[in-house]
Amino acid sequence: MQVTSRRFKEGAHDALHDKNIQEAFSKVKSGFPLARAKSASELPEFEGLRDEARDLKNHILENLDYYLEYFEEQVQLQGGRVHWCSSYAEAREVVLHICRDANAKTVTKGKSMITEEMGLNDYLSEHGIEPIETDLGEYIIQLADEHPSHIIAPALHKTKDQVTELFHANHAKYGLNERLTDPQALVNEARSVLRDKYVAADVGITGANFLIAETGSTVIVTNEGNGDLTQSLPKTHIAVSSIEKVVPTLEDAGLFLRLLARSATGQEMSVYTTFSTGPKRMEDIDGPANFHVVLVDSGRSDLLGSDKQDLLRCLKCGACMNHCPVYQAVGGHTYGWVYPGPIGAALNPHMVGLEEARHLPNASTFCGRCEEVCPVRIPLPKIMRHWREQAFETQVTPKPERWGIGVWAYFAKRPKLYRLMTRISARTLKLMAGKKGVIRKLPLMKGWSSVRDFPAPEGATFMDQWKKQQREGK
Amino acid sequence: MSASSEKKNVALFVTCLVDLNRPSVGFAAIKLLEAAGCTIMVPETQTCCGQIAYNSGDKESAKTIAKAVIRAFEGFDYVVAPSGSCAGMIRHHYKELFEGDDTMMVAVEALSSRTYELTSFLHDVCGYKSEDVRMDTTLTYHDSCSSLREMKVRDQPRALLDGVDGLELKEAEDREACCGFGGTFCLKYSEISSAMVDTKIDNLLASGADTLAAGDLGCLMNIAGRLKRRGSDMKVLHVAEILAGMGDRPGLGEGDS
Repeated sequence: MQVTSRRFKEGAHDALHDKNIQEAFSKVKSGFPLARAKSASELPEFEGLRDEARDLKNHILENLDYYLEYFEEQVQLQGGRVHWCSSYAEAREVVLHICRDANAKTVTKGKSMITEEMGLNDYLSEHGIEPIETDLGEYIIQLADEHPSHIIAPALHKTKDQVTELFHANHAKYGLNERLTDPQALVNEARSVLRDKYVAADVGITGANFLIAETGSTVIVTNEGNGDLTQSLPKTHIAVSSIEKVVPTLEDAGLFLRLLARSATGQEMSVYTTFSTGPKRMEDIDGPANFHVVLVDSGRSDLLGSDKQDLLRCLKCGACMNHCPVYQAVGGHTYGWVYPGPIGAALNPHMVGLEEARHLPNASTFCGRCEEVCPVRIPLPKIMRHWREQAFETQVTPKPERWGIGVWAYFAKRPKLYRLMTRISARTLKLMAGKKGVIRKLPLMKGWSSVRDFPAPEGATFMDQWKKQQREGK
Repeated sequence: MSASSEKKNVALFVTCLVDLNRPSVGFAAIKLLEAAGCTIMVPETQTCCGQIAYNSGDKESAKTIAKAVIRAFEGFDYVVAPSGSCAGMIRHHYKELFEGDDTMMVAVEALSSRTYELTSFLHDVCGYKSEDVRMDTTLTYHDSCSSLREMKVRDQPRALLDGVDGLELKEAEDREACCGFGGTFCLKYSEISSAMVDTKIDNLLASGADTLAAGDLGCLMNIAGRLKRRGSDMKVLHVAEILAGMGDRPGLGEGDS
């Protein structure tokens, strides 16, 4: 997809003035966080599980090569194939190749962020294969030709009225001409359209929430069951996954599953948790004849051993964005690449380049709510700060900002000069305010004054008043 | 009023915002600490904790400033700041600044373990209780993010405010949400910051309280500045001012009366 993170500020401006976006994302504030808090409070060992999950992920990342090879062996033993891809381009080609081998005209797709990263849908379309998203949210934004605005609720930015219009415009070709407004009726219509697609599809592509090394299984969680139909009806199932999704054992997957849905939606478990292990066996009633796992690295292994390795613990639950006041204000698309919210602010600079994504780690107050709720305790603010440091060191930080910090630091390092400067500033600002108590327009501080008054200082600094008191013996 | 008989030797970390903008908070802090049985010193070479540089990615400047703070605050039993943000910087982030520097780390840890946010120091360390303080008002309390999440300050200011006669606490919705200040964030991303502070203000006003208090001047200046721009007359004070019996002075952004 096209990266538009450079336009973050302009995008934020547009989003803040877009009534639909404001309405859609204001719902995030109350919905997800309350549900998460409730489900976390109902599980006494929740905090302990988070520690365990963090430690286990760290162990996996320390031994990633081992577990991935172990996983591959088990997949092969089950009759499947693993494809190792270092780049998106390689992964796209592998998927296309498998689709062509299957003479695929249409492929159904379960929800997957990695295929979003790869730009797989456009690539398949360009090569004459029609991808059909089957997750309702993904289906909606595919019709709208848009990208997800939330990693687990991709069509969060769409209002019901917009969905009504989209379905009306796109479903007429199936003989469905009624303009539906009832949410359940809309869901039913999408379901009826998608049923035929599942049956007709030659290949089903899903992502993977986990890869289990000891069994060679891939795991997906959904609330709609669309993933099951996607991966079990077509002759060929391709699970596309980034490399950090591997876990050692089934039991380990259980640990993460206990945290995933609770952190994401506040559910104890998602409605469907589906394990796929190899192609259909003789005794199986259904399942694909061919089972492929496409492992995608694309920059992830570069994070191993770096100050940002902790990012690879991410379970893609979305809790960080659900609790982020910046995300709630500007919505998902403003971030300009696949991952919005705090995880995007910390990860995207690595994936698309710091110069392109410079705003993302800067547009945070470091309020710390994301880290507070992250099920695997990724220190998101700390990683964002590392990006700021890197931007400062490599001159990506714009000159006026560097200059401003430089001037301030010059004084802060010199207490006597600093006292003089603050003395002059406090007096000047007090004079400017007069008896009003506020300054409407602060020179050189447009960012402040455009939206706020500046509470005027008292006139003399604390240090001056204190010294005076000390001299006068109080 | 003091829980312990031996006087604690406390250095006040004034903070750059209190020094420049609202010295009364510093004096309120001193009054409270003295009432809690502490001897107060104000090291003269202090300027700022270095957080602005640290959060802007200028790690070298942050280190230089941190070293000066470490020198200036050597040898005291405690260092107390009327701010969770500055105290959090010293307590938690100095360690990150000097990670891997074993020689510095000794001094860093000596300082960080002795550094406290004012209300938690008064409540947890001194066992201080408000007495003979009166303010007839309904008050809502804003939890600053660094007080809340870095310094684990939530109940302490409320316990202290509970001892103020005539004061009724009215909690706001979503009180743990950020106000949108974020240091230079509010300058660089003022539109987003403005949306955040508006959400905060809507909740504060909906609480029905007449007065807002918090323990961090950054948040207070941001919220007060936006309240004034919106034409609201909610009174804004630092919690130390109320606890020190200075609640009758003009709030932030109010003219001399």
